[in-house]
Amino acid sequence: METKCAIELKGITKRFGKVVANKNVSLSLKNGEILSILGENGSGKTTLMNMLSGIYFPDEGEIIVNGQEACIRSPFDAFQLGIGMIHQHFKLVDVFTAEQNIIMGLPGKNRLDMKAISAEIQTLIEKYGFEMDTRKKIYEMSVSEKQTVEIMKVLYRGAKILILDEPTAVLTPQETEKLFSVLRRMKEDGKAIIIITHKLHEVLDISDRVAVLRKGEYIGCVDTKDADELSLTEMMVGKKVELDIERPKPKNVKTRIKVEHLTCTDQYGVKMLDDVSFDIKSGEILGIAGIAGSGQKELLEAIAGLHAAKDESRITYYTDEKEEVNLIEMNPLEMKKHQVSIAFVPEDRLGMGLVGNMDMIDNMMLRSYRNGKSFFADRKKPALLAEKVKDELEVVTPGIKTAVRKMSGGNVQKVLVGREIADNPQVLMTAYAVRGLDINTSYAIYHLLTRQKEQGAAVVYVGEDLDVLLSMCDRILVLCGGCISDILPGEEATKEQVGYLMTHKGGAGR
Amino acid sequence: MNEKQAVKKEPFLRLSRRDDLPFLKSCGIRLIAVLLALVLCGILLFFLTKENAFSVYRTMLYGALGSSRKIWVTVRETMFLLGVAVALTPAFKMKFWNIGAEGQMLAGAIATSAVMIYGANLPAPVLMICMIGASILAGLVWGFGPAVCKAKWNTNETLFTLMMNYIAIQFASFFSVFWEAVKGSGTIGVINKRSKAGWLPTDFLSGIFGRYNFAIITLIVLALLIFVHVYMKYSKQGFEISVVGESTNTARYAGMKVKKVIVRTMLLSSALAGLMGFLIVSGSSHTVSTTTGGSRGFTAIIVAWLANFNPVVMLIISFFLCVLGQGASQIATDYNLNESASDVVCGIVLFFILACELFARYRVIVRGRKEDAE
Repeated sequence: METKCAIELKGITKRFGKVVANKNVSLSLKNGEILSILGENGSGKTTLMNMLSGIYFPDEGEIIVNGQEACIRSPFDAFQLGIGMIHQHFKLVDVFTAEQNIIMGLPGKNRLDMKAISAEIQTLIEKYGFEMDTRKKIYEMSVSEKQTVEIMKVLYRGAKILILDEPTAVLTPQETEKLFSVLRRMKEDGKAIIIITHKLHEVLDISDRVAVLRKGEYIGCVDTKDADELSLTEMMVGKKVELDIERPKPKNVKTRIKVEHLTCTDQYGVKMLDDVSFDIKSGEILGIAGIAGSGQKELLEAIAGLHAAKDESRITYYTDEKEEVNLIEMNPLEMKKHQVSIAFVPEDRLGMGLVGNMDMIDNMMLRSYRNGKSFFADRKKPALLAEKVKDELEVVTPGIKTAVRKMSGGNVQKVLVGREIADNPQVLMTAYAVRGLDINTSYAIYHLLTRQKEQGAAVVYVGEDLDVLLSMCDRILVLCGGCISDILPGEEATKEQVGYLMTHKGGAGR
Repeated sequence: MNEKQAVKKEPFLRLSRRDDLPFLKSCGIRLIAVLLALVLCGILLFFLTKENAFSVYRTMLYGALGSSRKIWVTVRETMFLLGVAVALTPAFKMKFWNIGAEGQMLAGAIATSAVMIYGANLPAPVLMICMIGASILAGLVWGFGPAVCKAKWNTNETLFTLMMNYIAIQFASFFSVFWEAVKGSGTIGVINKRSKAGWLPTDFLSGIFGRYNFAIITLIVLALLIFVHVYMKYSKQGFEISVVGESTNTARYAGMKVKKVIVRTMLLSSALAGLMGFLIVSGSSHTVSTTTGGSRGFTAIIVAWLANFNPVVMLIISFFLCVLGQGASQIATDYNLNESASDVVCGIVLFFILACELFARYRVIVRGRKEDAE
């Protein structure tokens, strides 16, 4: 197999205003190799890849593709050079079939010969071992199937260099394994593959070499066989990081919220949660596992009073005075009046939890702006709180008057979590609290949640990283298609068990 | 796959987003845009009038600010435009695209006229209060439909408010005939010409402001400007409006009643627009026709946006546009051009101002030139 360089980057620099996203980055990718690009959030991985796929244009430096200097001005140029990118967010037409999506936008004769095209696609499927029904429409597909269509789209266009931006973020362990076997086949076929991922064990599993970026700069490249999780983390963060999560024994456990027969539908009337019953207990962390879209969002939003529930549902909140409050049909405002203290860190940070265009002070105000009888809002206390959150959680921002949108993902999350735990809530619900965060911040969040649990709060943690769920949570509730597959004790459950329950409704064959 | 097709050239021009631009520089960019526009207008006017551009501009300045009376007229026009921009502010901050201020204003104007016609014999203060009340009510009626439909069924407010404009215009043309002064003329003429009932006085504090002034209108609009600014910036309701504008999900999450906020805010906006209709009829035109609004409902959108809702900048832009408009109509009469000539001048200047926003927000990098970090 030839090992000449598919891509060589030399001294690439890209600035956005004053921010330097990539600084003098040089790296190479050989044919028939899988290169992982590793880096914390905001280290410039995606920017670098966007320059390869023609979305951005580098300010300095050169890109050499197959030994020739190239100028990639648009995605079309990239495609001409055989570079295909699979983005985190899919760009497919929902009402078209896989086949139609694959050929869409390609030049061709006026008459489509669907038979010949189908045959071509079929050979691709067999060659790389995809599992796919090409006649299926996109809206009927699971996330992993949609991803397959995206990959086939770039392959069908003859891409020799594939770039995958966090492809495993939305997949179950089993689906990830399937994707990896496809990638290995492509590698054998001589394709050059770049994969961006946060998950270290996947990096070690799939790639031949790992390139590490830190704050826009290229730190180095190591052969995967010489690396382990700790050494990679050190390269990424620049210092040693403790990768342990403690799990203190729960104390003073008592039921805080009782959820019974909770059933919810989405706006089109499709059932998202079906007859779900469980308890949320103070002094422990309840983990919720499941494939994305299995009803986690609806579950938390129903409890927080943001999603309507069907008639038979009951959600009962037990206050410290042993009063029972029925949360169904209550909005967050009424809950507050009834001494219900629920803090909620939603999945969509800037779309629900915070307002991106507002500064920290105004975002702190979201929870408290009604306080007092005055017609005017008090900004003094929120300003104090903002300063406190900034200091205690080490939020990196030019100041509390900077728009939250301008901060990095990790700092945005710190602002949100900081506000939510400010009032010492009795219940703290978090949805994908560490999604997109770097390792340092992620562990900071885990420690915060554990501290809340020790202070007696009932913590609900919806997560996707099974390793974390298994090592942090006291109980793990596994959702599958809107039903509870099972609730497992955190100390005894295994990854395989949870992964299996995530894909098998009712948890049969446990 | 033909790899040679990928041309080895940098794109000729590309844009790069600017960070916050220094204040002076952003003023400079806009100033250059206005100057360029004036140069282009000068060339155009030279061909139309065969006069030296400078003397044309002198005529314009004279037309807008040449005498105390002319200054007051320009100030009055400024206040009308500014007032509508102020009325739009709450709705626009909520990202409720109310492009129906024209209709809301016209509805207010019709209601004011009706009270003036039928209530001419009422005592002056009662008449005034009735006129103000009627104009606000008419504005509310025009804003109510779009607001409620948006809140309940999430209908598109842009189309709805726009359509309401045409309804108002049709009403105006109906009443022009219904109330016509001379049979068959199709115009109402000046209402209460002799008694001046329901006219806002033009000699308010004449010792300070001169014998012919529009001080009352100015004071009312400036008061509204300050009120809306304070309301938006410091009140709890103002905070709710900004949150709803940014994200209804966040608003729900914070326990806000989104529907209520939408309706309340749009009603405020349309009531203020209706009130502007009162000011126009009672303070200046003393009649109503399909053109009473004078497209202020649309020009005000530009004013509000360009100023990014900053009250002082809104005032400056309104004044500038009105000086331009008054000056342009002066040259139209002085040089025997028709009214469209002044529209052309205003249009060119506006076009340049709007286009320069691109340069204020992005830096243009020409091929081969290194991007210098500022």
